[in-house]
Amino acid sequence: MKGVRHYPGFLPMAVACLIILYAPLIVVMIYSFNGSTSITTWGGFSWRWYADVFTGPEAPRFKAAAWNSITIAVLAATTATAIAVAASLAMIRGGRFRGKSATFALINLPLMVPEIVVAVACLIFFTTIGLTTGYLTILIAHITFCIPFAYLPIAARLQGIEDTYEQAARDLYASRAQAFRLILLPLMMPGILSGFLLAFIISLDDFIITNFVKGAGMETLPTAIFGSVKQGIKPNIMAISTMMLAVSVIFVTLSYLVNRIGQRTRA
Amino acid sequence: MSTAIDIRSVVKRYGTATALHGVSLSISDNEFFTLLGPSGCGKTTLLRCIAGFEDVTEGEIRLFGQNIAGLEPNHRPVNTVFQQYALFPHMTVLDNVAFGLKMKGMGLADRTARAGKMLEMVHLSAFADRLPSQLSGGQQQRVALARALAPEPKVLLLDEPLSALDLKLRQAMRVELKTLQEQTGITFIFVTHDQEEALTMSDRIAVMSQGRVQQIGTARDIYEAPVNRFVADFIGETNLLEVTVERIEGDTARVILPGGHAITCAAVGNGPGKHHISIRPERLSLAATGDLEAVVERIVYLGTDLQLLTRLTTGEEFHIRLQNSARTALPPPGSTVALHLEEGAARLLAD
Amino acid sequence: MAGMTPTPKGNGTGYRSLVGPLLLPTWVVIGIFLVLPVALMAVYSFLTKEFRGGVIWDFTLAAYDQFFLNRGLFGDEPPTLEWTYITIFWRSIWQAALATLICLIVGFPTAWFIATRPPKARAIWLFLVTIPYWVNLLIRTVSLKFLIRENGPLNESLMSIGLITDPLPLVNTNLAVQLGLFYSYLPFMVLPIYAAVERYNFALSEAAADLYASRWVTLREIVLPVVKPGIIAGCILVFVPSLGAFLAPDLLGGAKTFMIGSLIDEQFRGSQGNWPFGAAAAMILMTLVLIVLMIYARAQTKGEAR
Repeated sequence: MKGVRHYPGFLPMAVACLIILYAPLIVVMIYSFNGSTSITTWGGFSWRWYADVFTGPEAPRFKAAAWNSITIAVLAATTATAIAVAASLAMIRGGRFRGKSATFALINLPLMVPEIVVAVACLIFFTTIGLTTGYLTILIAHITFCIPFAYLPIAARLQGIEDTYEQAARDLYASRAQAFRLILLPLMMPGILSGFLLAFIISLDDFIITNFVKGAGMETLPTAIFGSVKQGIKPNIMAISTMMLAVSVIFVTLSYLVNRIGQRTRA
Repeated sequence: MSTAIDIRSVVKRYGTATALHGVSLSISDNEFFTLLGPSGCGKTTLLRCIAGFEDVTEGEIRLFGQNIAGLEPNHRPVNTVFQQYALFPHMTVLDNVAFGLKMKGMGLADRTARAGKMLEMVHLSAFADRLPSQLSGGQQQRVALARALAPEPKVLLLDEPLSALDLKLRQAMRVELKTLQEQTGITFIFVTHDQEEALTMSDRIAVMSQGRVQQIGTARDIYEAPVNRFVADFIGETNLLEVTVERIEGDTARVILPGGHAITCAAVGNGPGKHHISIRPERLSLAATGDLEAVVERIVYLGTDLQLLTRLTTGEEFHIRLQNSARTALPPPGSTVALHLEEGAARLLAD
Repeated sequence: MAGMTPTPKGNGTGYRSLVGPLLLPTWVVIGIFLVLPVALMAVYSFLTKEFRGGVIWDFTLAAYDQFFLNRGLFGDEPPTLEWTYITIFWRSIWQAALATLICLIVGFPTAWFIATRPPKARAIWLFLVTIPYWVNLLIRTVSLKFLIRENGPLNESLMSIGLITDPLPLVNTNLAVQLGLFYSYLPFMVLPIYAAVERYNFALSEAAADLYASRWVTLREIVLPVVKPGIIAGCILVFVPSLGAFLAPDLLGGAKTFMIGSLIDEQFRGSQGNWPFGAAAAMILMTLVLIVLMIYARAQTKGEAR
């Protein structure tokens, strides 16, 4: 007799789900080590396409794109996280105030408007105000749509922190600033790190909006990869993909560990 | 004895809801003072007003003569033991205890020494380097106490600090708290909804209900001489009977019990007419002839005591408590008994 | 128990007076760089197109006219309903709905299965399902294309085991786009349903079983209604991005699978572009999404009122 939790067929479905999710990624990972120049035949294990990414004819282009992607992701995630921390303090600790639900909708607006619409709107806006599309416009757009991604984990964490900790600190002669710096900020830190990592990945990931507001000559990794695969999938793209995949996995693992540590300090 | 806290006509409103309707009370230095009342009576709000987490809407709170309304919590020489302790989860036990001292500007060596001494006082020296989450509930409770006492506050506020502990620990902590208060000589203001806690520890108790102080007095005062129906009903077990008041002379009254028997009893307030008296169930005895007549419905065995659930011949439910002794002859259920009121057992109450 | 007096959370922590300054950056950034641009986009949809991309500031309904009406090759015939763009929108809605349905059929059992594992196994499963969500969408789509292309590993292995004799022409079909959408947004379906099932009180299922309901009747009568909020959230999270998806249809689809995303994108590419028309199409897409979200919000508030 199996319990009420068991449904026949659900296990195969879950396994199928994982296979569908992972098969393409694993295949690409394997083929990135293909020694052959043709993507269809297996030419033995080799690092040659990884070497090609760093030293091949397309290397300068990918290096520039990677540099842009990473610096934009760091700057956008940092700025969005700072904005989100301030916003979450007001939203969670500020009690009731006028315009609270409107502000909540505003914070989540980038999640609700389809990406392609945000992309079009940003392009039109930047063109109209005469801002040359390029690094700066990408950065501004990324900060904007990263805010909700940074906000969600930070607000969730803050919601879980009893306000008695700050009251206890104030009761024990800490000023407002001290109560924030010594008590609230360390307690919020797991949420802040999660928010930062999420915003970082989302920025690194973005293609559609970046593609609209990047202007001519400016590339991030996704737009450079997209440009390349338009002419067909080459092995060096698979090598880049595998490296980006590895970066993503490292980041998820980090954020997972951060959360685990966060749970331990929760009273 | 000097006055530690003087609360004068404090009103607290949240929008249209009023949590405190003009509360006035004064608490002496070195006193163990308890605010007792059911959920929502305003006791916690009053405590938070003293601590500075809430602003009072009207009235003033004086701490050793100084009006502290408007002072930020960190500028008030009072410390709080929070209901769920609020120990900083990212700091060690020692850092928690030393936090207030650090904020007051005490140097590292001094505050470590003092915090260590405080931990010694609550028997937790061995746990100084642990995180709060690695301690049991009772240990966390003692850390919270040590942390609040370390900066030597003039007044210690305790917000239902025992409610998260199990019964046995709670009973042990009562004794420990009382001892600690006597040792340190600090004024304790203790908030609870548990009357047993209040009765066992307090020098004086303020019984609160619906944002008002109903009665202030010693444990004995409020148990034996409740001033109104709420206090009589809330503290201990009692029988409230509607009686006809014939006349009142000074602080005694002549009342007619259900069934027609007239007695003289202590009285507070109220003129002639229909009012209530309180009769504690243990202040009665079974007799051949008595003041009231009742039919025994059930007998509940409680070990040291026996509880008789009866119904007066006039219809009201009536509880009686008898000591369990070999000599007690028990009337069988269904039989009619006469009840004799002991001297001073009945008390006429204000409504 | 603490006093039941309404003590607003956050009182006595001192952030009440700082609400304005704390929210200012959010208002400024999202207000200027999202709300204002969307408003400007609405204005653009009523402007006249310029032939080398861009606009002339003359107000006209031309973009919407072009979208909905056909006035013949020279614009002088009586207007009839123009089907070209409506068909593209309709196809997008249909594709997105189908992708949502498939995600639900696969996602619900998966989410249920994960949520009923013991805690340790659950954490691992959850971790495995989340990872692809963190992997760049472009890379995932490219990987899928690589896997299912004509001479790709999928066809090769199917042929080598003799299941098929000729490679399946998967790329540039509706099926490929479906697969792409499904693959892109499946985690969005699994995670909210998982969260709902995790909170589900299994005693309800036991009570139903006790009262003679079979496993599947219990699923239909008890489980689904109770975890419905999670299912609806998952459906929205899959449907909305699928509707405006660009990468999956663009990389995996062909001319026959042209969707809204590509249509809008095309209007802003080089000299063939038509900015007012692109803005109008984006406005219509946004309106569609907002309608879906509003239905969702109403369903949510109704659910809470119960």
